Amino acid sequence: MLRQFPKSKMFESLQNGLQSAWKSVRGKGKLTEANMREGLAIVEQSLLEADVSYSVVQDFMGRVQEQALGQKVMQALDPGQQLIGVVRDELINLLGPVDSSLHLKSDTTVLMLCGLQGSGKTTTCAKLARLLLDNNVQSMLVAADLQRPAAIEQLHVNGDKLGVPVYSEPGAKDPVVVCQNAVKKAKAEGVRVVILDTAGRLAIDQQLMDELSLIDKRVAPDQVYLVVDGMTGQDAVNSAKSFNEALELNGVIMTKLDGDARGGALLSVKHVTGVPIKFIGTGEHLDALEPFRPEGMAGRILGLGDTLALVDEVRKIVDEDERQKWEEQAKKGEFTLDDFKLQMEKVAKPGLMQKMLGLLPGAAQLQEAMAGADSAKEAKRFIGMVNSMTPQERRNPKVIDPQRRARIAQGAGVQAQEVNQLVKNYEIMKQMVTGMANAGMGDRMRMLNQLKDGALMNPGAKLIKAKVGTGKRLSTEEKQKMKKLRERELKKRKRGGG
Amino acid sequence: MGWFDLLKQGLKKTSQVLNTDIRDLFKQEGRLVDDAFLTELFAILVRTDMGAGPAGEIRDQVRTEFRGRVVHMQDVLGTVRAKVREQLQQPEEPIQFANSGPTIVVVVGVNGSGKTTSIAKLTHMFKQQGKSVLLGAGDTFRAAAVRQLTIWAERLGAEIVTGNEGSDPASVAHRAVSQALEKNVDVCIIDTAGRLQTQTNLMNELAKIRRVITKQIDGAPHEVLLVLDATAGQNAISQAKGFSDAAGCTGIVLAKLDGTAKGGVVIAIRKQFDLPVKYIGTGEKSEDLALFNADEFVKALFE
Repeated sequence: MLRQFPKSKMFESLQNGLQSAWKSVRGKGKLTEANMREGLAIVEQSLLEADVSYSVVQDFMGRVQEQALGQKVMQALDPGQQLIGVVRDELINLLGPVDSSLHLKSDTTVLMLCGLQGSGKTTTCAKLARLLLDNNVQSMLVAADLQRPAAIEQLHVNGDKLGVPVYSEPGAKDPVVVCQNAVKKAKAEGVRVVILDTAGRLAIDQQLMDELSLIDKRVAPDQVYLVVDGMTGQDAVNSAKSFNEALELNGVIMTKLDGDARGGALLSVKHVTGVPIKFIGTGEHLDALEPFRPEGMAGRILGLGDTLALVDEVRKIVDEDERQKWEEQAKKGEFTLDDFKLQMEKVAKPGLMQKMLGLLPGAAQLQEAMAGADSAKEAKRFIGMVNSMTPQERRNPKVIDPQRRARIAQGAGVQAQEVNQLVKNYEIMKQMVTGMANAGMGDRMRMLNQLKDGALMNPGAKLIKAKVGTGKRLSTEEKQKMKKLRERELKKRKRGGG
Repeated sequence: MGWFDLLKQGLKKTSQVLNTDIRDLFKQEGRLVDDAFLTELFAILVRTDMGAGPAGEIRDQVRTEFRGRVVHMQDVLGTVRAKVREQLQQPEEPIQFANSGPTIVVVVGVNGSGKTTSIAKLTHMFKQQGKSVLLGAGDTFRAAAVRQLTIWAERLGAEIVTGNEGSDPASVAHRAVSQALEKNVDVCIIDTAGRLQTQTNLMNELAKIRRVITKQIDGAPHEVLLVLDATAGQNAISQAKGFSDAAGCTGIVLAKLDGTAKGGVVIAIRKQFDLPVKYIGTGEKSEDLALFNADEFVKALFE
């Protein structure tokens, strides 16, 4: 039997925490210093939950405290937002400045990657090679991890996939020699960039740290990057410190940020090393390496989501002309099934929907609600159904009578009721799209939140149902009923879960 | 070396951090428990990755019991130890072997948590117990993962069932279980590709692997072990939830406990979920695996 866990409070965002803490304050309209200190304590707790190291949190709180207790924040109309603003700005300030350049020289540049075991070095090496390839720079990967079984082979497989040469010496015992030979070869062949994949280690392992220092001395890499697992906890300060002392790092790459880890360790690493954060890894595929943006990371650490990345993601799949055309049409209230199909085709990629949802604030819950919904597959079914329709039906689905419906269902190989579902979804979507096009920015955000809340009130709902929940506003009675249901559920869980 | 010594050795660093720091708090004559003291205690607790919540609770308990008193180290240590033990208390729970036929163990976890090394260690342990072991190389995604497990199988004298890179892991699991039945091996361990708990389709894949195995042997898999990286922070809680929901985890292997001073996140996980830690990885060699035991864990932590 599968174990079911109660929903924990771990996803509660800073925003919600501050909101509930200051609810009573708002009524009275006055914020005291004691209230603000309570708010600061919530910020501190939130940073610790995001895995920022304790000492770094203390230092950080010292920086924001003065500003938070100043007149500007205390007397603001919405001190919660103001405080979040102060905290966010300070985070951005500390995480920056941005420098995603690899600082390539005119001849051969040697990059060296190091990090703890399992942090993602080998994958990141391949991702860097891919990034260089995209910029028409030829690189060479060097298998200097002689510890882990099959690490050399892993690099070869990735190199083959990319068409990038991989240098290795089967049976070699000394990684220093391997690196030296590789660099020699690269220089002779005029390869622009050499990427050294070193063995993962435990920071306390002096012998392996000495080996790294030796490579650093003998091979003299131009850039040394530390690869840090995005899920790292408090220990990040210790490991980053020992790597930095042994190697003099030039940059940091944080991996595995495609999940729900808040990545607070990055602040710790930055604090300890002071070197720029270069890239973040956001997926298992070799193109999932993005230049670091402090704004997005600050939002993530605070649990506020990354709306800018969401916009980027949308831009990647919809070009500007297309978007403008849609917008114009939508403003006029035009949104046909063909448009719907086009949109579906854009998102009919496995995992894309989840990735985009993950960038929304508080979306962890939304992702949970969507769990089990294979949106890519569903989108493909929709596309199939639209394809089975006549142009007239696509323009005006109202003409679809039972006879037509049966024909469409047969054509697409689906049940007749699924055609109904499609039309229903289309109508909701039309309402949203045309509504959004004519709404201001604030209204759009509100609609987005409505969408989010719709999914929350209906946990376990699939994509289709989540959308249904957002199409109409619930009446007061319905809302009351929902609330009662939720409360009863909560009580049950409390009793059952103990 | 007994497992207790192994555990102690692995935890020495943690123990050192905690002991030294707490001793520093108390000068020889004892020290007044005030805000500064409580803050220092909180810092020490948070640094074990147990999480701000549980650490705060412990601090509050110390505050209630010792506020305004001049205390000796052993008093406070006793309270902290009791509190942590209370949170970690569980029966000593090794692998639940099948009553008859092969015992199927599925190993899951996020990328780089230490699944393959943990499988090697489990294999070594089962072999030491005189059991025959068959491995299913279900990580068909990561480059050379199959090769890595094959090398371990050769080193440890276990059989292995593999599939091509990119092939369906559920079919590899199916073939592994079939062979385990056919050859009547004692234990069959299925490796899976590392995945993040938020990747819905990959989590569904785990559920499918589970279903396939259950169809072959009623009541299987007998164990689904979640491998957690001891250096992980609070995201491990989300991992415990996500993987348990999808794959029905029965226990945790806490890997890489020797590398750092941490591992306290199991305290938070124990507090929230009914998921026992079964084993701890204490080194890089295949014999560095010890049974998790709350009493000994706490003892070694504060010794």
